Amino acid sequence: MSTLSIKHLVKEYVPGKPVLKDISLDIEGRGITAIIGPSGTGKSTLIRCINRLVDPTSGEILFEGKDLAKLSGQPLREARRRIGMVFQEYNLVERLTVMENVLSGRLGYVSAWTAWRRKFDDADIQKAFALLQRVGLADFANRRADELSGGQRQRVGIARAVMQSPGLLLADEPTSSLDPKTSVEIMELMRDLAAENKIPVMINIHQVELGKRYAERIVGMSGGLVVYDGAPDGLDGDVLRKIYGGEDWLAT
Amino acid sequence: MSVDPLSATAELQRWVRFTPAQRLARTAVFFVVVAAIAWALKTIEIIPEFLYDAPEQVVDMGKRMWPIDWGHFWPVVWPALIETLHIAAMATILGLLMGIPVGFLAARNATPVVWLNAIARFVLVATRSISTLIWALFFVAMFGPGPLAGALAIAFHSIGFIGKMFSEGVEEANRGSIEALQAAGATRMQQILMGYWPQVIPTFWSIALFRWDINVRESAVLGLVGAGGIGMALNAAIDLIQWERVALILFTIFIVVILIETIVTQIRKRVI
Repeated sequence: MSTLSIKHLVKEYVPGKPVLKDISLDIEGRGITAIIGPSGTGKSTLIRCINRLVDPTSGEILFEGKDLAKLSGQPLREARRRIGMVFQEYNLVERLTVMENVLSGRLGYVSAWTAWRRKFDDADIQKAFALLQRVGLADFANRRADELSGGQRQRVGIARAVMQSPGLLLADEPTSSLDPKTSVEIMELMRDLAAENKIPVMINIHQVELGKRYAERIVGMSGGLVVYDGAPDGLDGDVLRKIYGGEDWLAT
Repeated sequence: MSVDPLSATAELQRWVRFTPAQRLARTAVFFVVVAAIAWALKTIEIIPEFLYDAPEQVVDMGKRMWPIDWGHFWPVVWPALIETLHIAAMATILGLLMGIPVGFLAARNATPVVWLNAIARFVLVATRSISTLIWALFFVAMFGPGPLAGALAIAFHSIGFIGKMFSEGVEEANRGSIEALQAAGATRMQQILMGYWPQVIPTFWSIALFRWDINVRESAVLGLVGAGGIGMALNAAIDLIQWERVALILFTIFIVVILIETIVTQIRKRVI
């Protein structure tokens, strides 16, 4: 059985104008699935529907035996804590330290009072230190997040997401605000951490080459529909034209 | 080709600053303002005799205030001043304790519940629109005259100011950070404590200092209605026609206000 199973997902921000038109996708147990497509085609909406930062209009999102589309309140929060998310703008709480940001990944597991007093379990704190070590920020635990560079912040964002002990990792344009070298490092980090934790990753990405290099599967979206779903090798000129439209940009 | 605006063939284009309707409205506003001034002058009943000898009265009062009664400072004014500062500090702390939660409830992003926002906003407007003196009369009646009534009066009047400024700060918080906590399964309370609060700490200190500054001035006046502090000493001196002492108290308040203004400015510069 697949980890995540999306069935006939539709999202209309304005009634009668669907952004997502009947999306069905199965995400299997491992590896990176890259979602590519032009801006405004609903990639971000798709990712956000999965953890319900956006409420879908209709369809099913099956994850760990529950239909996420129908959850609310406590069951929704419990489902969310099993889904890590990495953001384009990192979305750290900038005035908190790196450690506090990483520990925020445990919010779904502890009470507000515990979080406020920063009384996290020893196990959580050990895990946070190990993760910081893993993402190469061991010396930064007590630095404030706003002192970090973009690449470092994204590493904290990834550590926070993995801290949740997720069964699925979502990433919404995680490299779009980063330089090419840092982008590669971030992609490698996500791929390796996903492999180490044996969880699948869904990544929205604008850089097609980066997607091809790290993903095992590419989903091409256009106009709110999946128009390509297959191996990175299959992404030839025809497919790219189908996804992005036009001709000229493919020349040379 | 040059354009000759006055050439015979070109019809003169007219430009007017206001449309006729706008001109009519402006004229109407003018007459309303004049009428309001005339009405107000009639109502406040200026008595010419008093107006004419006002300069003499000012000189007379100045003479009676001099020499300033410095001896009055340590026995009476100093303790009253300390009481005033304590009233201001207590009032600011109480005002923050009450105003910050209401501010969170009033902020539409932190509390996306329309009716809660409406209630919180009503509380903010209501507490602010009742002046400190009215609150003081109310609390003096309730708890008797003294510093407690004064501190509560200022605290309640502060809620509106603190809550309003704070809710605006909360509404400017970065949404992305909150979204990330939400995605991790955080409750609304956790989002407030771990997401909004760290982001609005500078706003909080700025409001606290500013309000303390205002509250010191407010508490200086409050004694007039029997709510403790230096205002009570001022009231007593005026009632006993001891103008040398009135001068001393006014001078003290003036110095304290300047001192506090300076302190607050320095702290703001360094901390925020």
